[in-house]
Amino acid sequence: MSEVGAMTDHPQPEIDEGRRKFLTVATGVTAAVGAVVAAVPFVASWTPSERARALGAPVEVDLSKLQTGQMITPTWRLKPIYIVRRDQAMVDKLPQNDNRLKDPKSQSSIQPEYARNEMRSRRADLLVLIGICTHLGCLPKQFFDAGDPVLGADWPGGFRCPCHGSRFDLAGRVFDGSPASTNLVVPPYSFRDQNTLIIGLDSPEKGAA
Amino acid sequence: MAQGSLDKSGYRGASRNGLWAWINRRLPVDAFLRSQVLEYYAPKNFNFWYFFGSLALVVLVLQLLTGIYLTMFYKVGATTSFDSVEFIMREVPFGWLIRYLHSTGASAFFIAVYLHMYRSLLYGSYKAPRELLWLFGMLIYLTLMAEAFLGYVLPWGNMSYWAATVIINLFGTIPGIGPGLVEWIRGDYGVADATLNRFFSLHVVAVPLILLLLVALHLVALHEVGSNNPDGVEIKDRKDARGKPLDGIPFHPYYTVKDIVGVCAFLVALAIVVFFVPTLGDVFLEKANFEPANPLSTPDPISPSWYFTPYYAILRAVPDQRIGALLMLIAVMSFFFLPWLDRSPVRSMRYRGWISRLFLALFTISFLGLMYLGMQPAQEPYVTLSRIFAVPYFLYFWLMPWYSKIDRVKPVPERVTYHG
Repeated sequence: MSEVGAMTDHPQPEIDEGRRKFLTVATGVTAAVGAVVAAVPFVASWTPSERARALGAPVEVDLSKLQTGQMITPTWRLKPIYIVRRDQAMVDKLPQNDNRLKDPKSQSSIQPEYARNEMRSRRADLLVLIGICTHLGCLPKQFFDAGDPVLGADWPGGFRCPCHGSRFDLAGRVFDGSPASTNLVVPPYSFRDQNTLIIGLDSPEKGAA
Repeated sequence: MAQGSLDKSGYRGASRNGLWAWINRRLPVDAFLRSQVLEYYAPKNFNFWYFFGSLALVVLVLQLLTGIYLTMFYKVGATTSFDSVEFIMREVPFGWLIRYLHSTGASAFFIAVYLHMYRSLLYGSYKAPRELLWLFGMLIYLTLMAEAFLGYVLPWGNMSYWAATVIINLFGTIPGIGPGLVEWIRGDYGVADATLNRFFSLHVVAVPLILLLLVALHLVALHEVGSNNPDGVEIKDRKDARGKPLDGIPFHPYYTVKDIVGVCAFLVALAIVVFFVPTLGDVFLEKANFEPANPLSTPDPISPSWYFTPYYAILRAVPDQRIGALLMLIAVMSFFFLPWLDRSPVRSMRYRGWISRLFLALFTISFLGLMYLGMQPAQEPYVTLSRIFAVPYFLYFWLMPWYSKIDRVKPVPERVTYHG
């Protein structure tokens, strides 16, 4: 009972439960806000660095040596860009694929407005695509010959992804039965002149996309 | 403390004087060893399936040891990683051995963990009161998958590069935030030096710390509820006058000795693989990963490490990327729900009826079948077969509330039994 005696010697102030609760909650909330703010630099450090951004600038490509039926693959922002010189026969056959495609009109696919058309390009003869499968990012391989022995007699020509077997036509549009759901992405591009392509710019005068 | 007077078994304890007693008055070494090892009672009827928990722990130590040594010679960076791994393989004394132990150890880890998990499916070890033990185990499995994937990227071979590309792009299928999230994970517009550097940091520091914490929690939870056994009998229900389970034997020396036998057999198998078939015919290490990373050339065919192929086969079988990724996620996460999906009154398959056994058999066949199919190229008949094999995989989990309830069970004995 000596402890009770001690208490009477030094009377304890009455505990204000409301005040104690308020202080506990206020401290907790302040600490939580502080933790979130402190996380910002750590999270932000993972976004592309200034150097990576600078290396992502538009690139110019010389098309003068690109022959009909050929493809070149320059890179832009670490991505291979497929540039194909299509002949008139290839372009004329594109509408025949429409009933075998997932998104023939490119409604749910990614491309600039000027490429949301039958050919998915600014110019009929020139196809420009990001050469990365929209499924999980492998590189589709070129199978331009119709009736390719690997892909069967009804193959109209296009691309096939080695990883999971997605197939695309010569406008980068995805065929039914592929694991990919959308057409190959068209990057922003424009022409400085007839034979100079700029990847990453919607028009030669405007700034980077 | 009156520890000394409670010391009834007669081994050296806190009652003695000297340094040992001095330590024990400050750190409960004796009390800990007594409660967790010497007087921690495990069921006496453990069989072959009970080797794999302790084996997984041995492999963890092996991976930490070899990993620390590899870090001493490995130079992270898009221009240095591949060369430094070749340097380890060709010029560091015994570097080839340390590297092959680490790469083979990764596969050994998954073999041990898969068999350890399968044991739980056989004997209902996830059922109450072991739900948290099971959940910690599943978190270890997920963390291990992350650790294995991150480590696979580090040699910066061509398969490393494309595995990183494909796996990171899985996050791109998340509606809305997907593309931004992918760029954030990579730190560049494609998989690049920035990606490799952060994966190295995660692989050698962050994820191992999480793994060790989860293993500790798994063991604490195990020692709280005690091990299940092949009969699914709760040994704590029947104790002698001193409070010792009638069917329990002290972990040490009985199971330490048993586990050492398992470790010896395992080390022999590990040595055979490491010395004679370190790539195990393209299964443990793939040919394409002995070429440097090339962002302009996808290996053909591409397939992940064998321990991911069951899920990869499911991903590939679906002709829609978002649904495919979602089904793959469900395939992995279904394991988490087992304690609540299983409505059977008994734990062990020994006392369950034919329906439960049939579903487990179908699940086993489908898991192994999908594992094989995921290693095959993305062509027919493999894609159609993957679709067929995926069906029993999901039915095993999601019909379980129904079939485990209606299944006719046999009476469970009061005490554990021996089966040869």
